[in-house]
Amino acid sequence: MTITEDNPTAESSQAEVGRARRRKEDQRLITGRTRWTDNVTLPGMLHIAMVRSPFAHARVTAINTNEAKAARNVVAVLTGADLKDVQGANANAWPISADQVTPTHLPMVVDHVACAGEIVACVVARSAAEARDAAELVDVDYEELPAVLDMKEALKDEVLAHPDLGTNKSAFWQLDSKEGGTGDDVDAAIEAARTDGVVIEREYRQQRLIPAFMEPRSVVVDPTGEQITMWSATQIPHILRFLLAATTGVSESKIRVIAPDVGGGFGGKLQTTPEEFIAFAAARQLGKPVKYTETRSESLLSGHHGRDQWQKLTLSATKDGTVTGLKVELLADLGAYVALVGGGVPVLGAWMFNSIYKFPAYRFNVQTILTNKTWVDAYRGAGRPEATFGIERMMDELAAELGLDPLELREKNWIKHEEFPFTTVAGMTYDSGNYEAATARARELFDYEGLRAEQQRRRASNDPVQLGIGVSTFTEMCGLAPSRVLGSLSYGAGGWEHANIRMLPTGKVEVVTGTSPHGQGHETAWSQIVADRLGVPFEDVEVLHGDTQISHKGLDTYGSRSLVVGGEALVLAADKVIEKAKVVAAHLLEASADDLEFTGGRFGVKGTDQGLGIAEIALASFAAHNLPDGVEPGLDSDATYDPVSFSFPHGTHLCAMEVDTETGATKMRSYVCVDDIGVVVNPLIAEGQVHGGLVQGIAQALWEGAEYDENGTLVTGSFVDYTLPTAADTISFVTDRTESPSTTNTLGTKGVGEAGTIASTPAVVNAIVDALRPMGVHDVPMPCTPERVWRAIQSGGSTRQVESSGDAQPHFDPAAPNQDTPETEGGAQ
Amino acid sequence: MTRITVNVDGVEYSDDVEPRTLLVHYLRETLGKTGTVVGCDTSNCGACTVHLDGRSVKSCNVLAVQADGHEVTTIEGLAETAGSDGKLHPMQVAFHEAHGLQCGYCTPGMIMQACDLLKENPDPSEQEIREGLEGNLCRCTGYHNIVKAVQQAAAAMATDQPEPAREEVAS
Ligand code: FES
Ligand code: FES
Repeated sequence: MTITEDNPTAESSQAEVGRARRRKEDQRLITGRTRWTDNVTLPGMLHIAMVRSPFAHARVTAINTNEAKAARNVVAVLTGADLKDVQGANANAWPISADQVTPTHLPMVVDHVACAGEIVACVVARSAAEARDAAELVDVDYEELPAVLDMKEALKDEVLAHPDLGTNKSAFWQLDSKEGGTGDDVDAAIEAARTDGVVIEREYRQQRLIPAFMEPRSVVVDPTGEQITMWSATQIPHILRFLLAATTGVSESKIRVIAPDVGGGFGGKLQTTPEEFIAFAAARQLGKPVKYTETRSESLLSGHHGRDQWQKLTLSATKDGTVTGLKVELLADLGAYVALVGGGVPVLGAWMFNSIYKFPAYRFNVQTILTNKTWVDAYRGAGRPEATFGIERMMDELAAELGLDPLELREKNWIKHEEFPFTTVAGMTYDSGNYEAATARARELFDYEGLRAEQQRRRASNDPVQLGIGVSTFTEMCGLAPSRVLGSLSYGAGGWEHANIRMLPTGKVEVVTGTSPHGQGHETAWSQIVADRLGVPFEDVEVLHGDTQISHKGLDTYGSRSLVVGGEALVLAADKVIEKAKVVAAHLLEASADDLEFTGGRFGVKGTDQGLGIAEIALASFAAHNLPDGVEPGLDSDATYDPVSFSFPHGTHLCAMEVDTETGATKMRSYVCVDDIGVVVNPLIAEGQVHGGLVQGIAQALWEGAEYDENGTLVTGSFVDYTLPTAADTISFVTDRTESPSTTNTLGTKGVGEAGTIASTPAVVNAIVDALRPMGVHDVPMPCTPERVWRAIQSGGSTRQVESSGDAQPHFDPAAPNQDTPETEGGAQ
Repeated sequence: MTRITVNVDGVEYSDDVEPRTLLVHYLRETLGKTGTVVGCDTSNCGACTVHLDGRSVKSCNVLAVQADGHEVTTIEGLAETAGSDGKLHPMQVAFHEAHGLQCGYCTPGMIMQACDLLKENPDPSEQEIREGLEGNLCRCTGYHNIVKAVQQAAAAMATDQPEPAREEVAS
């Protein structure tokens, strides 16, 4: 164990940025001194239980609440009729076309249910158990309507998810390189290749996933102060506050939102939820604090889902493997409503399908579709994993078609390191990168040649266990986002971030950030950045966030934006503090400001040993006894940073999978990734983000999928059926980094939060397909369960979609450790 | 209502509980031991793991009345002394050192289960660690650093040098 890295006195001269600081936030979390929303208890607090529709599509014809109201300790039973004028709405912030069809999304249904799990009433009682018991007594009459569940079926508009809208088609969006002047005509490129090159045509399914953060969502609303205070397990306290105000008519200044400790999000808590709005309305109606905490089953059903696309891809190339065109036609199932940024998620793929390759011609089409399923929105990667999967699968298919090594084929087509900055066929300018370096390092760590040789041996000996090698050389765009670009896409907000630095008279520093971490370690990383900039000890920096009364301005945490946008805001604010301090320092030192230099937290007069530390200046400025004329007391500074560009991390991921051709069982043998995420503030945290991201991406490839039955009931509605990977399912990874600093921000950083998830899914599927290629297999639909792999082998290269029973994999072994009931455990006889 | 007497983290409590009350709800709501959390409703996630008479159990899978007359240790009682400057358990130190937590929601259960694992098997292989933690889900870390933390804790506990006592691990 390296404790030295933690000992500031031993290495006090070392820069903080780049250092593997152990996290400040850990102390509380490892000792149970936590503030999850569900831990919040207020005097007289009431508890809410939701009554949810079991039907995917129905009309509510009557609700009888008498019995529930009469139940013990029930304070109120509220229905859509009670709340309809005060509940506000769950808004869509990103209409992707001027004529987007956007059903009104009411937190509590008034009469029309568009998916199972929608809330039709709620019970407010003195305890959570009493509320839940009484919820069973609410008698709702439904008139069931035909449900449309399959997005291709929905396109026909025969059965409508929202009959009053007249169509299931929400919006169509296109990016075309010829029209946009960023490239050639893709149809012409494909036609040319049909006669004199190769054309690869594939259709891939991005299954529906569930973010499944570990902390179920919870909300507490206290209406008893001058402001109505909401605690919520959210990634977006600022956006939530704005939308509560904007849709309920309550003044924004009367609403305070607090995101206390938040247990993971992964995009799943990038939402304003019906539950938040109903709790807000109930608290206002009753004048009492209320709490609602969802069960896991409610979470899986009613928290938004992710992915869910059909991808029709056409790639053209010359016979030597030079790509000439890429056409992308997407269908995206939005579920029952166009969620906060739901319609925009597939659009984010538009700039990513071309990835790191020099396509001269490109077209991206997406049609978004409404169905009677849970609404779909951001899930880790949001649009970019889908795109990366599509292109990385296609590059492997092209390599196989031409008999080329998949890495060689990629190298032939990718942007060379000396070609940066490079403007792509989708019109994005990548600032920096070095695909050669990352790939070379990954090959070496992976022993690419050795594993290829083993693969050959296994093939030659007809080993029942075949080895596959999967490649994914990904890039992504993150760091949402330049406000001007968002404006041009009709996104409902900007993409800037805010920071405030307060220099306390004791020399301590408070940093207020508009980002809203929920596991990312901002308290530690932000302290490192500010400590370096101001030359103060890491320990003296306190990072405050997640409360709109403390951090009054911010756009929260998602899209790998916090460091590349929020981190730059810190730099700007720190520089303003230094500017203010310099004036005071010059005055106190009786020197000209031009003769001062600021290093290591101290203003020194050049050529002398005279100087003042920033803490001394902070105290002097606080006391204000001796300030230059016209200078305000205090050094506190605010800054708002609007990024000039997106951030483009990249990396090379290599995965080796063993596939048992007799059973379809797969086993991950090794996984190597070399990511280029620019300058790293804290390698420990960055690596942790990669690990977690990898497993979420691998889980999409191998295990997870939200499955509905023909009635629109979510059959993967608990952790028994929605199979998150366990420690026993996964392996240890080999991770490394190369570094091409970003040239579009001062720290040189790039985003990292989503990289692992974006890259890993195609690496795994490419490996499985690679193992089975000699058997004629060129696709296995995700998740690649043993059954599906086995069927793919049996179908011997048939291109038709392999059907699955949709059964969950046997996953949780009742005999496994820590699964025992207390009786068998012998703990409590 | 049933009267139960339970020793939790070294303190004896006596309460009237409804027979259906789960141990985890008794801990969180009656005793205010909110360090232990709930992550599911099917006994799959392990977020609620505590020790009952020294063995790990999922406290959502135990009725409060079943703990009557027994000893419960939660994450809040694992360090030798409570409070911010208490001496941490080597497993807590190892989770911090190895960055075995991100959001921290799974962490109390994960640490309690990992302690039980090492009690059973003080020198586990990586595979044994992974299998021993199979009943505890983490969505953030990908388990990589959790496994590392358990390995580090095992090494520290084996040499009986449970980390130099550090006043403030968070520095
Ligand atoms: S809450 Fe106990 S196992 Fe999930
Ligand atoms: S650290 Fe977030 S769930 Fe494990």
